[in-house]
Amino acid sequence: MSLDFNSPAFEVIRDEKKCIQCQVCARQCSNKVHLYDEEDNVVRADDIKCVNCHRCVVLCPTKALVIKKYPLEFKENANWTDAALKEIYKQSQTGGVLLSSMGNPKSFPIYWDRMLLNASQVTNPSIDPLREPMETKVMIGRKPEKLEFDAKGKLVTNVPPQIELSIPIMFSAMSYGSISRNAHESLARAATELGICYNTGEGGLNRDFYKYGKNTIVQVASGRFGVHKEYLNAGAAIEIKIGQGAKPGIGGHLPGKKVGEDVSATRMIPVGSDAISPAPHHDIYSIEDLRQLIFSLKEVTAYKKPVFVKIAAVHNSAAIASGIVRAGADAIVIDGFRGGTGAAPTRVRDNVGIPIELALAAIDQRLREEEIRNEVSLIIAGSIRNSADVVKAVALGADAVYIGSAAVIALGCHLCRSCSTGKCNWGIATQEPELVKRLNPDIMYKRLVNLASAWNHEIQELLGGMGINAIDSLRGNRLMLRGIDLNEKELEILGIKYAGE
Amino acid sequence: MLKEGELRIPSGCAISGIIDKEGKRFNGDEIIKSIALMHDRSNGLGGGFAAYGIYPQYKDFYALHIFYDNLSIKMQTENFISKYFDIESAGNIPTKSVLGVRNKPLIWRYFVHPRNYMVKDGFVDEAEFTSRYVIKINKEYKGAYVFSSGKNMGTFKGVGYPEDIGKFFMLDTYEGYMWMAHGRFPTNTPGWWGGAHPFTMLDWSVIHNGEISSYDANRRFVEMYGYKCTLQTDTEVITYLFDMLVRKHNIPMEKAIKVVAAPFWEDIERENKEVQNELKSIRSVYASALINGPFSIILGFEKGMIVLNDRIKLRSLVAAEKGSRTYVASEESAIRIICDNPHKIWSPQGGEPVIALLKGEQK
Repeated sequence: MSLDFNSPAFEVIRDEKKCIQCQVCARQCSNKVHLYDEEDNVVRADDIKCVNCHRCVVLCPTKALVIKKYPLEFKENANWTDAALKEIYKQSQTGGVLLSSMGNPKSFPIYWDRMLLNASQVTNPSIDPLREPMETKVMIGRKPEKLEFDAKGKLVTNVPPQIELSIPIMFSAMSYGSISRNAHESLARAATELGICYNTGEGGLNRDFYKYGKNTIVQVASGRFGVHKEYLNAGAAIEIKIGQGAKPGIGGHLPGKKVGEDVSATRMIPVGSDAISPAPHHDIYSIEDLRQLIFSLKEVTAYKKPVFVKIAAVHNSAAIASGIVRAGADAIVIDGFRGGTGAAPTRVRDNVGIPIELALAAIDQRLREEEIRNEVSLIIAGSIRNSADVVKAVALGADAVYIGSAAVIALGCHLCRSCSTGKCNWGIATQEPELVKRLNPDIMYKRLVNLASAWNHEIQELLGGMGINAIDSLRGNRLMLRGIDLNEKELEILGIKYAGE
Repeated sequence: MLKEGELRIPSGCAISGIIDKEGKRFNGDEIIKSIALMHDRSNGLGGGFAAYGIYPQYKDFYALHIFYDNLSIKMQTENFISKYFDIESAGNIPTKSVLGVRNKPLIWRYFVHPRNYMVKDGFVDEAEFTSRYVIKINKEYKGAYVFSSGKNMGTFKGVGYPEDIGKFFMLDTYEGYMWMAHGRFPTNTPGWWGGAHPFTMLDWSVIHNGEISSYDANRRFVEMYGYKCTLQTDTEVITYLFDMLVRKHNIPMEKAIKVVAAPFWEDIERENKEVQNELKSIRSVYASALINGPFSIILGFEKGMIVLNDRIKLRSLVAAEKGSRTYVASEESAIRIICDNPHKIWSPQGGEPVIALLKGEQK
């Protein structure tokens, strides 16, 4: 092969005065960046292998390590950026599709940060959540157009099955396979303690986790890995995954090396075989086909489980969402282009799809115009970073949000965006037993509980500040939002006024 | 300096309501006296009254009370009305000159009946037909505003202190079995004649003290059911919510109250399975109809009056009973000035309704 033109992405800087040659860094780094040189009794670093996961930095007992962007600079060029050049070097060397992990990292506007929330003052006083009840529970599921009561005032309408979420947050779909067993268990246990749901992703459900069923959303993706009657009935709801924000229009691929015995049994595929989820479902080529799958799943679960349909946020999401409601889904999940993934083609990740904020606003508005918004729950995903994002999402029209990246960050992920290597030093996106062990579910589930509880407190504070004591009253309450640094078209799509109006 | 407990800052709107459950009719003097006592809770930018049972001679006709900005819009609107309704009687609403009430619009009243064949062609009932055209006028005829559209009832409102508005409309010349009054302290919206309370839709009328923080959630919800909120104010949406829940969805009033002032989840969890199922269903299906923020409201309708505080009682409200009458007001003194010895007087809890219906009517 020809000469590799790529330079390291990061430089590992070791403060020799602080380093005590304890070799923790060498033992912790699954990428073999740090190596102990016995002869010179010194630990050295191979910069080119570093993915900047911070494991060594965080665990270094003397804080002797710093990782910086590699100082080599190309001649200044606003068009041919460093990244553009490096990608060409890489592709001209390998002839392959570039792969990236996690969501779109490009500098598109983050609309959450261009929306500001309201606060009550004199005429409508704020409510103190420390003194007054503050409700953040939401009910996810299909709703009838209206309730009916008999002559004696007794309810006669049977409301379809609902999922009660103590807070409007769930953990996004991450399959056992793409993330480790311990990460999976941490999510399941945290969801159970919090009274919310986590999502199996497309990899089936390990039997050891059936006990968390009440807090589990089981996914049916195009590969149908691990899908059987018992699995479908094990969870609280079923999610049909059509698309994913990080890679709209693209299927999935779990490399065979991640398919050990346990993953193999869960997915119902041979050990070591690649698990390929096709881009489309083999039986869905129209909205009518989708309807048939929705009702097949309802049949098999005796109409006791809500069925969600998850799509990526794309140009015509609003029209698609309308079709999904009419196809009988109980909830629609919209995943924006900042959504995470184990691996996606870089070009797809960075260029396909639209921001979740705009998709959500457009969908909520369209469904209202068609007078069907109240029939379905709307869940959004794709880089919800904090409680304010959640509050703004609800005000724009969401019933609940999924968090994926934020959840794995709580578990230790430092967003080094190298999940596809399977060498996650934090024991999250890996199946290597030694790495998996690093993530102790007994400890780590509490971090997830802490995160969601902290956000819940903040949501309550923000609600109280707006003079609202039930999150129901925030849903679609766009008067609580004002735009800043947005043009008229953006304001129109978001359906909000400009700050000062 | 005054100490805590001795200091009182008068602020916020005033509400007052009286119903005679036997249906005995009485004139507007008492309600004016009651609302006048709470003068400092208004600021002269709005006052209004609703009176039920005042048009017995026209009880089968919808009484449209309309403000017009000018003669031209009046003619256009009348052309529109006469196309869809038979007009039994029309004329301006009698008023008299009162200091403090200025810049009055043209104030007209029409007793109408929807054209029978049109109602049949539209496959709707008379009430739905009338409400649709009332919304249409308010939405499409700039400068015309239907501020009352019920049968055997009417609202009278304007810019000024409520006691002046009462005198302006000569309410002492009307007799009704139920009266409601409102003194307005507007901050969110300008004081304009249409913006004064009550807000009405058919025989529903709402007066409201407070500011609804759930307004846009409620607005966007009712707009899915054919309503159009044109008046920039939260009281309008409360009126539509009740109209939708009780008239369109046929939900019993007691359950409708549980929609707008829903029991807390923690209270629902303590109920038995059947009640739990009902309350959970209500909170799930009508989550967007929950009214949030501080409010005390009086909802008037043909059968009587429902009075309600928000769930955590962020606004004052007192109720009293004497004989066949039920009184409610923002302040106890506003009741005692017209009913010196009530046999029962109490402060309703947050979310706990006071339901005062005419004799023989079911909840």
